[in-house]
Amino acid sequence: MILNYSQPLEFSNLSSWLDATLRNNLSEFWTLLIEFVLVGVLLLAAYAVIALVLIYVERKITAFFQARFGPNRVGQYGLLQSLADMIKILLKEIIHINKVDKFLFYAAPFFMVGASMLTFGAIAFGKGLQAVDFNIGVLYVTAVSSLGIIGVLLAGWSSNNKYSMIGAMRSGAQFVSYELSAGFALMTMVVLSGTMQFSEMINQQAYCWNIFNGHISSIIAFFIYLISGHAETNRGPFDLPEAESELTAGYHTEYSGLQFGFFYLAEYLNMFIIASIATAVFLGGWMPIQIKGWEAFNQIMNYIPSYVWFFSKTGVLIFFSLWVRWSFPRLRIDQLLNLEWKYLLPINLVNLLVMVILVLTGLTLTDLFPNWF
Amino acid sequence: MSSVSQYFSGLFTGIRSLMKGMAVTWVELWTKKVTAQYPENRDTLVISDRFRCELIMPHDTNNEHACTACGICVMNCPNGTIKIESEMIETADGKKKKVLKQYTYDLGMCTFCNLCVVTCPSDAIKFDNTFENAIFTRSKLVQTLNREGSKLREKKKETPAPVAE
Repeated sequence: MILNYSQPLEFSNLSSWLDATLRNNLSEFWTLLIEFVLVGVLLLAAYAVIALVLIYVERKITAFFQARFGPNRVGQYGLLQSLADMIKILLKEIIHINKVDKFLFYAAPFFMVGASMLTFGAIAFGKGLQAVDFNIGVLYVTAVSSLGIIGVLLAGWSSNNKYSMIGAMRSGAQFVSYELSAGFALMTMVVLSGTMQFSEMINQQAYCWNIFNGHISSIIAFFIYLISGHAETNRGPFDLPEAESELTAGYHTEYSGLQFGFFYLAEYLNMFIIASIATAVFLGGWMPIQIKGWEAFNQIMNYIPSYVWFFSKTGVLIFFSLWVRWSFPRLRIDQLLNLEWKYLLPINLVNLLVMVILVLTGLTLTDLFPNWF
Repeated sequence: MSSVSQYFSGLFTGIRSLMKGMAVTWVELWTKKVTAQYPENRDTLVISDRFRCELIMPHDTNNEHACTACGICVMNCPNGTIKIESEMIETADGKKKKVLKQYTYDLGMCTFCNLCVVTCPSDAIKFDNTFENAIFTRSKLVQTLNREGSKLREKKKETPAPVAE
């Protein structure tokens, strides 16, 4: 079996050593308490750091697509730019608006961040690097990630501003529509894997990623998931909830300073979350590339730590979403809903049926060529 | 065309056209970046000769300029940017003559409309393309254009052109 030899750079070495030391010296209660706090702090830190890195990467790649350099003055290659931006946004004044619904107005950003934090916990960053691993992981992720839309709707409603309201309503319509597609695409893959638990799903993909395993059906599901995930994050060609020319800034028009920062942070993290769920479900998560029979090759691939694999696969998907963002023109609201209800959803339903047939009749790659995969 | 085939042809044309767009942006990703890195590229920076940054009065090697202190530039300036001080002197052959004493130009008032240069009958002034004019005190924007001890260039005696037969 693979993965049985020592992997010196793996994070699970450190965490299991820490767990053993704590258990030797403290009671069960204190061990668990310390570990919970550590995991929470680590997740929060990772949340902030990943957002900063993403903002930098996005600005750079955007610039490259437009034949510019992007940020290159603050630090070497502009590496400290997003840190400087963070400090600026922390120091900015939060402007208090008179005629807003105070409670909802101030609660809305926390809904956004809370929803994406809850989803963030379910991401498998590497071998043994997953905070929440339910046996219904896929269901959990679709459930909590759709809480974010409540934040958007609350923000638009409580702002007492028609632009915010229209932006929030558009965002709501868009999110509800595309959540359906994303859910169906994930459901297709659940049919293929026969499990909803992320860790098990990833373990199954050691030799054959799901995107290859279900061939035609998987590839269609993959692209539908990317499109609808992209639409859910209100980015790219689907950013009409905050269409500047029509709605100033959409649902976050009235927000300033750190509150706006929360929306901004959640938007970037949602992009990361969509990419990492797609990685886990379609591209084998943190699994290194393994080929049956090539033991030496597998060994070499295994020396690369699992989190490196995870972040590189996710990075490719994020790059893909940025590429799409800077290639396509923005959709109108009717075009947006047409795309979902007339194209993605019917294709998805047929695709789900095709996948069921593939699995039942044993036409997946692992069934057809059990010696290779 | 039936609506079913319209649906599918629309879908596939859409996908093809999106792929075409992505191919274009992919090529664009690797093109040479066009941003000018300003303070670093000072040596190689090319500013168009026609770019108007500040008014100058060209002096030749004998420290002579062409300004006759006629005041047409002052009259044409819409902002009162230019002030001319002149004085009457007596030349060697006893003629009275008006010469330029001080030509004051206020860069802070100038709209770079070029009317002074266009109307100058003796081409004494022109706009230069040195654009780094930022300074910390406004009073430094007021410049004297004629140099210390400079004088009017004497007009050369024009030889009448031979009349062609």
